[in-house]
Amino acid sequence: MSEINKRVGFYPGCSLNGTASEYKTSVLSLANAFGIELEEVPDWNCCGATAAHNLNKNLSLALPARVLANAAEAGMKDILVPCASCYNRLALTLHALQDESVRAEVEALIAKPLDAGIRVMNMIQFVQEYIQPHLDEKIQRPFFAKTACYYGCLLVRPHEVLHFDRTEDPQSMDEVMQTLGVGTIDWPYKTECCGAGLTMSRTDLVSKLSGNIVADAAERGAQAIVVACPMCHANLDMRGQQSSGKDTAPIPILYLSQALGMAIGLDEKQTGIGHHLTPVKPELLCAKQPEQIVQPEFKKEV
Amino acid sequence: MARIGVFVCHCGENIAATVDCGKVALQASKLPGVAVAIDYKYMCSDPGQTKIKEAIKEHNLTGVVVSACSPRMHEGTFRKACSEAGLNAYLCEMANIREQCSWVHEKSEQTTQKAYELVRTLVEKVKLNHPLDPIKVPVNKTAVVIGGGVAGIQASLDIANAGHHVVLVEREPSIGGHMSQLSETFPTLDCSQCILTPRMVEVAQHPNITLYSYSEVEAVDGFIGNFNVTIRRKARYVDEKTCTGCGTCTTKCPTKDIPNEFEQNLTTRRAIYVPFPQAVPNKPVIDREHCRYFNTGKCKVCQAVCPIDAIHFDQEDERIQLNAGAIVLATGFDIKRTDFFPEYGYGKYPDVIDGLQFERLASASGPTQGEIRRPSDGQIPKTIVFVACSGSRDAAKGIPYCSKICCMYTAKHTMLYKHKVHDGIPYVFYMDIRAAGKNYDEFTRRAIEEDGARYIRGRVSTIFEEKGQLIVRGADTLLGGRPVEIKADMVVLATAAIANTGAATLAQTLHVSYDAYHFFSEAHPKLKPVETNTAGIFLAGACQAPKDIPESVAAASGAAAKVIGLFSNNELTRDPLVASVKRTPAPPFSTCMGCMMCVSVCPYQAIGQEEIRDRQGKVIKVIAYINPGLCQGCGTCVSVCKSKSIDLEGYSNLQLLAEVEASLHS
Repeated sequence: MSEINKRVGFYPGCSLNGTASEYKTSVLSLANAFGIELEEVPDWNCCGATAAHNLNKNLSLALPARVLANAAEAGMKDILVPCASCYNRLALTLHALQDESVRAEVEALIAKPLDAGIRVMNMIQFVQEYIQPHLDEKIQRPFFAKTACYYGCLLVRPHEVLHFDRTEDPQSMDEVMQTLGVGTIDWPYKTECCGAGLTMSRTDLVSKLSGNIVADAAERGAQAIVVACPMCHANLDMRGQQSSGKDTAPIPILYLSQALGMAIGLDEKQTGIGHHLTPVKPELLCAKQPEQIVQPEFKKEV
Repeated sequence: MARIGVFVCHCGENIAATVDCGKVALQASKLPGVAVAIDYKYMCSDPGQTKIKEAIKEHNLTGVVVSACSPRMHEGTFRKACSEAGLNAYLCEMANIREQCSWVHEKSEQTTQKAYELVRTLVEKVKLNHPLDPIKVPVNKTAVVIGGGVAGIQASLDIANAGHHVVLVEREPSIGGHMSQLSETFPTLDCSQCILTPRMVEVAQHPNITLYSYSEVEAVDGFIGNFNVTIRRKARYVDEKTCTGCGTCTTKCPTKDIPNEFEQNLTTRRAIYVPFPQAVPNKPVIDREHCRYFNTGKCKVCQAVCPIDAIHFDQEDERIQLNAGAIVLATGFDIKRTDFFPEYGYGKYPDVIDGLQFERLASASGPTQGEIRRPSDGQIPKTIVFVACSGSRDAAKGIPYCSKICCMYTAKHTMLYKHKVHDGIPYVFYMDIRAAGKNYDEFTRRAIEEDGARYIRGRVSTIFEEKGQLIVRGADTLLGGRPVEIKADMVVLATAAIANTGAATLAQTLHVSYDAYHFFSEAHPKLKPVETNTAGIFLAGACQAPKDIPESVAAASGAAAKVIGLFSNNELTRDPLVASVKRTPAPPFSTCMGCMMCVSVCPYQAIGQEEIRDRQGKVIKVIAYINPGLCQGCGTCVSVCKSKSIDLEGYSNLQLLAEVEASLHS
């Protein structure tokens, strides 16, 4: 079992406890393998995504602010937010709270003080900071398949607030994936819209948009698509394959944490790759598991 | 005993609406030393000035305070009036009760009181004024024009034709600028080279013009009428005087694959080259960075083939110092390149080009002899998408301004394309069509209505390559934002016009102000459009803001007119409001301790050292010396002088203290 030497705050949000439970599993296993304990923000609540910021500005700030206040109360400095939408809401709220008057108003609403100094990290930032420095020594199953990194809209926008990566042609996830093996494809669909929340109301539209993304990746020779957002994953895995209009075999959609987990030799249970609609066959993507490797033990209590 | 006259102006309603001018005059009349105080509706008008003149004579005044607008507005007017009445102009002061009082306060008792107090402080100051005589400086009737594009050429020719000597300095190996790269010009579609090259030749042959090509202005000091300019002539490694321009060297040079700047990198050139066939001077230059001899120490093929031995590898940069009375800045502009646009592929698609590259493709002297062929495979594109406002009017890209020339040249590009490729389809994505100018709107209408350019109002969100075609995605905002996707063979980005490289550095060398985008600032946006804030330095063309050819030429002629006006005087008068180091009887000769703090803070390099010697010639003291010809009267040295040994004429320490004291007494 890996020794725990770092603790990082963790905000799962609703997706990671529901439709994207395999994302949560893989994130926790990955962190664990690198000696990091992800500590859930106590008594966390909904980030307000989509609904709140369309309807009520105060609510859209108060919900994430309460999460941030709880994290600060628990003494957390960095919070990992694997869901791109939660990340976007929390980061935007942090930005809005820089305004003194907004801050005072929100503090009154949630009846808690808001401490500055908390940092919200998306999955890629977390990997860059905590995983990548130690990644090389842990890789056991390098990728021989080319992957396409799909960022979607929320990870890199709005740039004025997030200051993360290049808005039009992001590279950060590509750089991580390139350390795992043969590399990633250069493609123009990195930030194209997947259709997002219209997946229930306008399934036809989402099928078309997601289908275009999957089809283009396949066309350019990608054998898997890597994402860091539960919504992107759901759309590409569920809708994209149906209507890519190609005869080629459907291509698997992996979370970044799953790809990393596979590369360092975590098993199917730990990476959760068995939960996908499009089957993931590790032997088609990365090298065989070397024998006689002691698996890092999955920490059950978290 | 002082006899001061106070003249309170109503400025129509501007002052009188909030200040009781009669009361100010009445109160002022009771001040000690005030001989007369009157108020009048328009003091700057002819009857108003007459009142001042009459009062000066009648009361034999020793000083005048005009209490009116800002001295920037009318100080000159009133000083002239005083001097016409026999009172030294520098015994006239202005109390600004308009910008600093009536315009910024409500009507009230306090407002009137403040106006009175402003008058009182100036009355105390003017009591300490003494007569001054303007400084006369001779005018050197040589103009330096920096930049040899169409604006610099026009300004040079205008000044030279008026009989004055012009030194034209061009950074590149040839004059001509961007205009020499253009194919045809809007709105007439006449060939750019055909109208420009004769003027380039005229410059080279003009007896009053000295042309320094491949040269840069390195340092400028001095002031209007008397600038000292240092020019660095970069080594060409070719003797301009003996070279006949036969071109043999340029065909034999073994280093071939250097991107050709003149052709916007669409072709290559050799290491010894003439930028383009019509270059002036038509003499080659060795590109030291790429030359095989300079890199490896071996080659010298060009020297071997030169029939008249004009190639000298030992040539060095040469510095030329010259005096000039005026400087015209005509350094032009540059454009953003396609690699500025991540959404359009960071410049990685060879068939996404910029406007200047299209000009070269359409030019009869260009790499394709005027046939529109795309860079990647030389095929004739059947669909071209033109994207206007690429970067311009886009605050997110840091360029909120309009580049002004793109609407017109994009319309021109569509026409040139259609005239050459009849079955081609040009699409234009635009925000607005800004075609303000003589025959401009007619021109864009012609592109749309007669030549069939398909204009789509909306922005392009992304461009990417798919199966050898460029996919252009955008929105048609006239159809309610409907998404548009066009499969194009080539894309032309009308990229933003920006200040030329090195503009900010040059502005700092010349002490000329520039804006946030490094375009040079004019002295007044409407009334002094070709002047800078530094007297004697003028602006021509697109170094000031994006400008098209007619505008650049007009501005250049405007700047030339200013220079010719300046040169019509044999000497200039300057305000005598300059600083000087106080001298005292010996010893100690001066309270200046020679710390020379003032030397380092002077923004005009006007302060040097002066040695005080005894009768045997031995140096007994070194003090600061301020050159009155260079001093601009800013007062910075006064504020840093620890021993209070420097005083500024017209703003002496005593005068300012008197003002402060008067403002504190109520």
